[in-house]
Amino acid sequence: MTTLVIANHDNAELHASTLNTVTAATQVGGDVHILVAGSGAAAVATQAAQVDGVAKVLHADADQYKDGVSIEVANLVVSLAGDYSHIMAGSTTSGKDMLPRVAALIDSSQISDIMAVDSADTFKRPIYAGNAIATVQSSDATKVLTVRPTGFDAAGVGGSAELAIIEGPAADGTTSVVGRELTVSERPDLGAADVVVSGGRGVGSAENFKIIEGLADKLGAAVGASRAAVDAGYMPNDYQVGQTGKVVAPNLYVAVGISGAIQHLAGMKDSKVIVAINKDEEAPIFQVADYGLVADLFEAVPELVEAL
Amino acid sequence: MKVLVPVKRVIDAYVSIRVKSDGSGVDTDNVKMSLNPFCEIALEEAIRLKEAGVATEVVLVSVGAADIETVMRSGLAMGADRAIRVDADNDIEPLAIAKILKHVVETEDAGLVITGKQSIDGDNNQTGQMLSALLGWSQATFASEVVIEGSSAKVTREVDGGLETIAIPMPAVVTTDLRLNEPRYPTLPNIMKAKKKPLDVVALSDTGVDATKRQTIINVSPPESRSAGVIVGSVAELVDKLRNEAKVI
Repeated sequence: MTTLVIANHDNAELHASTLNTVTAATQVGGDVHILVAGSGAAAVATQAAQVDGVAKVLHADADQYKDGVSIEVANLVVSLAGDYSHIMAGSTTSGKDMLPRVAALIDSSQISDIMAVDSADTFKRPIYAGNAIATVQSSDATKVLTVRPTGFDAAGVGGSAELAIIEGPAADGTTSVVGRELTVSERPDLGAADVVVSGGRGVGSAENFKIIEGLADKLGAAVGASRAAVDAGYMPNDYQVGQTGKVVAPNLYVAVGISGAIQHLAGMKDSKVIVAINKDEEAPIFQVADYGLVADLFEAVPELVEAL
Repeated sequence: MKVLVPVKRVIDAYVSIRVKSDGSGVDTDNVKMSLNPFCEIALEEAIRLKEAGVATEVVLVSVGAADIETVMRSGLAMGADRAIRVDADNDIEPLAIAKILKHVVETEDAGLVITGKQSIDGDNNQTGQMLSALLGWSQATFASEVVIEGSSAKVTREVDGGLETIAIPMPAVVTTDLRLNEPRYPTLPNIMKAKKKPLDVVALSDTGVDATKRQTIINVSPPESRSAGVIVGSVAELVDKLRNEAKVI
């Protein structure tokens, strides 16, 4: 039994979600291999070889893998699939984009977004925005799984796995990335941050989000937003926390001006400590908050920044 | 160009989910059902392509028992030209759905498939990608903008770090994210007209797909609940609790 973990990376660095995915793979039992498909990504392969619990790193370096185009990466994974009992990728946008292709091409019924490994063929996953947890057993010979990063601790670093250079199939070449508008931020990555400060519709405008950012910077936190705030145009979609956005589980989650719709709670209720600041004492967010402050955010947040 | 829009009936997004006490699943009896919100966005995009003269026909397709026809009619009321229901159980796995859709795409000779990125019940986020792989078509998931230029398309995608724009050849499977458009509400005259639009039923056996389940749902349970904590009286008290009780700052 061997699990292949597809590394998520930007050709320079291994994305933190890969470490959580490796932990899920080690819980299955058997060996763990990591596939690094990239272009000029030798540093990522070296980094992957140091992840605890990894026996082997497969490194495919070619132009077609530069932008992580799902068709190219999936074709490579399919060419390797015969050697593996389990194939896993993190539930990031790239994992979600790519892995179902692999599942379809090897005729395996994928299990998405697993949050616990019960045994080598049985997994827990959230359904209905996390309002129910399904325990699912797979009968497929090769299990194809995306892994919710917040469900598993990050694997440690300090190992030294074997590093193998491999060649993939010929490039498909049909899809090209022609533009990227990536959010540039000095703040920590939302999915991996220890502290997250999120704002909702109550923040009132894109301009007012500076208040949220000010608190985040004071706490060394990532900034998030509710779907309502994203829909209202206050923040870009990649800040969205919730069922249809990112799922986070930081040590401290501060929800400011967020009412707490179930779709939002789905993305943050596994946080260790939740603080809610809202002027509406009836807001559902207070039902999941460890510490609630019923107050006008425009007064309370600056006061909080001052007090920290 | 004919556009195929696969849709799914789901428990309405504003209904609170009740897990059955025997752990067999989620209670769907007497619960309001709706079109999956991401599928509505897909349908809206297809209708706009037809209004712009890019698409010639919008065909709605869904897989399930006769009780899904009510929400399919609301899709027809939004503006789909006709609908196809593949008669099957309501809980078929995404891989089998993708195989069934492949059959429909080929039978209909469609040139574009637009569907939701995920359904809000199973939250699987698989079907579009699987269909693209099975058809050997281009794939553009999590779309926030779709521009079709003859035999190619540019699609802007919502990715973890921001936005990414890809250029792809047609035909393609596109899956929709939230910000692609705002779906219209059907008007009363269109709701009336929708009752007369064709809704064909195809037997699962006619698609040649083996929809046998590969997965067993062993149990469905409510999530661990989180109890409400305390309401603090002031910012100073909050800081004190975070520092000395929770020890997170």
